[in-house]
Formats: sequence, structure tokens, C-alpha cells
Amino acid sequence: MTLETATPPAAAATEKPKPRRRRSTTVQDTRVDRVFMVGVYILLSTFLLIVLVPLINIVASSFSSPAAVSGGRVFLWPVEFTFIGYEAVLSNDQILTGFGNSVFYAVVGTLVSVALTVMIAYPLSRTELVGRKILIGGVLFTMLFSGGLIPTYMVVRALGLLDTRWAIILPAAIGAWQVLIAMTFFRSSIPGELYEAAQLDGASDLRFLWSVVLPLSKPLLAVIALMYGIGQWNSYFSALIYLRSEDLYPLQLVLRDILIVNTRGGTNIADQLAAQQMADLMKFSLIVISTVPVLLVYPFVARHFTKGVMLGSVKG
Amino acid sequence: MTAAAPARTAASTARERRSRTRRRNLRRHWQLYLLLVLPVAYFVIFQYIPMANNVIAFKDYNVVQGIWGSPWAGLSHFERFFANPVAWDLIRNTLMLSLYGFLAGFPVPILLALALNEVRARFFKRTVQMVTYAPYFLSTVVVVSMLILIFTPRIGFMADVMGFFGVNANLLSDPNAFRSVYVWSDVWQTAGYSAIIYMAALAGIDPSLYEAARLDGASRLRKIWHVDLPGIAPTVVVVMVLSVGNIMAVGFEKAFLLQNPLNLSTSEIIATYTYKIGLLSADFSLATAVGLFNSVINLILLLAVNAVSKRITGNGLW
Repeated sequence: MTLETATPPAAAATEKPKPRRRRSTTVQDTRVDRVFMVGVYILLSTFLLIVLVPLINIVASSFSSPAAVSGGRVFLWPVEFTFIGYEAVLSNDQILTGFGNSVFYAVVGTLVSVALTVMIAYPLSRTELVGRKILIGGVLFTMLFSGGLIPTYMVVRALGLLDTRWAIILPAAIGAWQVLIAMTFFRSSIPGELYEAAQLDGASDLRFLWSVVLPLSKPLLAVIALMYGIGQWNSYFSALIYLRSEDLYPLQLVLRDILIVNTRGGTNIADQLAAQQMADLMKFSLIVISTVPVLLVYPFVARHFTKGVMLGSVKG
Repeated sequence: MTAAAPARTAASTARERRSRTRRRNLRRHWQLYLLLVLPVAYFVIFQYIPMANNVIAFKDYNVVQGIWGSPWAGLSHFERFFANPVAWDLIRNTLMLSLYGFLAGFPVPILLALALNEVRARFFKRTVQMVTYAPYFLSTVVVVSMLILIFTPRIGFMADVMGFFGVNANLLSDPNAFRSVYVWSDVWQTAGYSAIIYMAALAGIDPSLYEAARLDGASRLRKIWHVDLPGIAPTVVVVMVLSVGNIMAVGFEKAFLLQNPLNLSTSEIIATYTYKIGLLSADFSLATAVGLFNSVINLILLLAVNAVSKRITGNGLW
């Protein structure tokens, strides 16, 4: 690797007359570097704004009056501050049912998924398991190739799961990626000596898993639970294809009907204009409400997801 | 274990010994195998049986005779698909969308990670990371709803911004704008998340390389070029292989939500077509054939790209 001196003589010359040196611990930036750093900060700030502005706009709109929203008068701060949008959203039965359903799918789905993932990942992390390689191959192959929409739909239909809550929870219960992460974690983070000690004490495999491995695996359990939970909360696809009864709809599907397909939202109220304005406002409030649960766990998520990405990339 | 009679051949002794340890293993660790029962059942029922069900792509499936009883149809469903001029539009739309997505979405996270890596101010760094990472957790429905709202003329602020640049039409009903809307909103949503993996790779670079670069008087830009980029190259390759390998696997969820009757000429992709043919028109065999065609192309692409990358760079997925 050849690294030439990057400071052009001209730049060095202009630096010279100023003898003051700042703290010697900081890396001395040349002028070129300082210009470069300005560029870096501009780039990152632009990026920050591009991500932030739409988000703030949505939140600001959700707290504004229907007329201000419909008139396009809201940018980054609520105009004619009011909770009226939220009141409308929270008094809509369909939305509340959807919210409840989504909580159910997220909680039960996560429990089922985490349990099943541990049940397959732990045995597969034990090298003495017969047929381990084949089983791992079988799991990983599903990452490369999947049955597809209709063939999977036929299985769900044949099992009589169509239009039941199980259709949302079971078909995507285990993610190959999560199994991989869990396996890597068990292999690298549970010391072999613990197992030997447990064996001497006469502990069975299940006992060891329950009393030693799982308590040591809380970070892992947190990561995969968050992955499954958020995935379940955010998904609408399985509900779209497997559910017919609206009282089983998760929030995302209700959102889709109201926000995108625009079939509901109270447009049949007598005063057409006011109703339309209210419908516009409700969309903003609805977006915020549906995202609140995810926002609540975001601080954990941000920390643990990063770890999850790393865990997965150790052996990807 | 060593009690085998000396008269036996080495091979049969070994086989016997293996089966005996295997039996003992099963007896001793039966609980491990018990744990596997449910998850393995899951993989068989919801992953492998659907794969087998793909056989109806080669049959004239009807509900009465079932999957295995329906008469064979050879490749007629594939022929039917390709004979339809729509097929090539679908393939083109799918490929264009993912190629565009790759070209736009691939460099941005790398740029973001490299820039973040230069920043010393911890608060600024953390803030940028936290904020750019956040949209990843929004649902597809929410992101598409946001797009619709902010681009709606009169209501959305982006409509005003576009109007300022002389674009007054609603971008969401413009077939020419569909791909840009799809791809750049994806970049908006995932760049922060995708940057994490590069940040990790950058953190893993040997500090002595930076020290050497500094002693040589390298500028920050040169340091990025000669230390950072080679340092993250293996990660870049892996991500590239994965994305090229998934080039036919454009997800259903977002394209379907962004679709409207006005932009269908560019927004109809293989995944959405499969859904409409299969579940709305109930032509199971044709939909399965189309889906199978897509998955197989995808698998071949992934294997090919991985092999090429392994030969050229020595890095691959496995």
C-alpha cells in the first residue's frame, strides 16, 4: 500500500504562519481534510433531514385541525392544535378491533415462534445430534427456495386453517434466519464446561436447556422475540390472503382499507366536506397510532437489532 | 466399544460401532430429539409440502381430484404464460424494478456508513444512526400510506415541493414515476438499517492500518480509499451476491399497495400477478407455474452469482 503525502504544499504553507496547536491528542486535520469533513457533515445532515422531515410532517399533521390538514397548511408544526383526529380514530370500532387483533397476533405469534425456534436451534447447536447436518441444510434451504404463494395457500386450506387466527400465526412461525442466529448464539455463548458440570449433577438435556441455557440466552431471546413481534405487527400479507372475516383483521389490514383502498372513513356523513376533511386528518392520526407500539420498544429494538445483525453475520 | 470379534472385517466393525453409538446417543439424548418434533413438523408441513405442491404447475389442477389425482398437463401452463404478451411486461417490470433498486439502494448505505465512520462527535453520530435506522421498523402499509399522503396534491408537502420543481401531476398515478417512488422510498426506509452491517465491518478494521495511514500523512479521503474500502470489501461482496441473487424476488407487499389502475403498466410485477391469477381468478395451476418459474430463476441466479463471486473474490455465501 503506497500512501503519498496528501497535503498539497500550498495548503501546508498557509497552515504554517499559525503556530497554535490544539490538544495534541486530537488528530490534526489538514485543510483538505477540514473541507472534506464539512462535506461529510453536510451529507449526513441532509440525510438526517430527508428521513426526519416526512416523519415530523405526519406527526404534526395528526395533531392539526381537519381544515388545516385538508388545506395543506401543515409542515413541521401542528396548525390549530387539537386531538380531534385521535378521538375519531379511537372511537372507530373497526380500528380498535384491529388493534386488539394485532396485539393478539404479535403476542401469541411471538411466543409460539420463539418457543419453536429455540426447540429447533438448541438441538441443532449440539454437535452430538445425529443427522444435524441434514437438518441444518433443510432449514437453510428454505432461505433459498420457497414453496410459493399458491402451494402454501393449498396447505393452509387443506388443514382447515383458512379464516382462523392460526392462519396468521402458523404458516410463518419459524424463520430460518432466526434459527441461524439462535444456533450461532448457543454454539458461541454457552461454555461447554457448563454442560459437563450439569451432566455430572445428573441434569437431563431439557433440564439443562431450561435452567442453564435459557437464563444465559436472554439477549438472544430478546432479539428474536423483537424480530418476530415487529414482523408480525407490521405484516398484512397473510391476513390478506387467509382471512375473510373482518373481525379477525389485524390492524395493518384495517389500515390498508382505510388509508390506501379508501373504502371506509365515514365519508357518508351528511356534511360531505367536513367528513372528507376529517377522513384526511384521521389518516395521519391512524398512521401515528399504529406505529406507537413499535416506537415504544424502539430503544430496545435499536440496541438489540444491531446485535442481531451482527450475530447473524458471524456465520451468514 | 472394542469388544468386536477380530474375525470381522474392519468395515463392518466400524458400521456396527457407529450404529451402536447412534443407538446409545438416541437413548441418552432422546429429549433433544423430542424437542425437534414440532419444529421439524413445521418445516415439513409449511415449507416442504408447499414445495412438493408445486407439482400442480405441471397438472390441470381441480379441487375434486386433488393435487395428486388431477391430470398431467406437461408444460402447457408455462406455454400459456409465455404466449401471453403480458408475461414479458411482467418480467421486464420485475427486473427493472429490482435492478433500479439495486443500483440505487446498494451504494447509499455504504456511503452513509463511511461518512458516519468519519464523525467524531458522538451525539451527532448517535442521532443520525438512531434516526436513519427508525423507518426500517415502519410497516409497509404505513410507508405507502405516508407516500400517498405526502404526495397527494393540495394536502401533502411533497406535492408542493414537486410543484416548485414544475411537476404538478400526482406521482403515484404516473406509471413513469412508479419505479422511482418505489425505489427511493425503499432507500429512505432501509439505508440506515443496511448501513449497520458496514459499520460493523468498519469497526473491525485493524487500528494499526489507520495508524500507518496517518504516519504516511494520508488525507481522510485517501484513508477511506486505501483502508476503509478494502476493509469492508468482503461484506460488500456478500451483500452484493445476496441482492443480485434476489433480483427476481421483488416483494409482493409494497408493489401491491402502490398499485392503482393508472400505474399498472409499470407496477404489475410477477408477485402481484401471481396473487391475482391464483387467488382472485382461482387459476391455481397457472399461478403456481408463474411462481415456480420465478423461484427457479431466482435460485439459479443466486447459485450462479455466488459461484462467480467465489471464483473472482474468494468470498461467497457458503
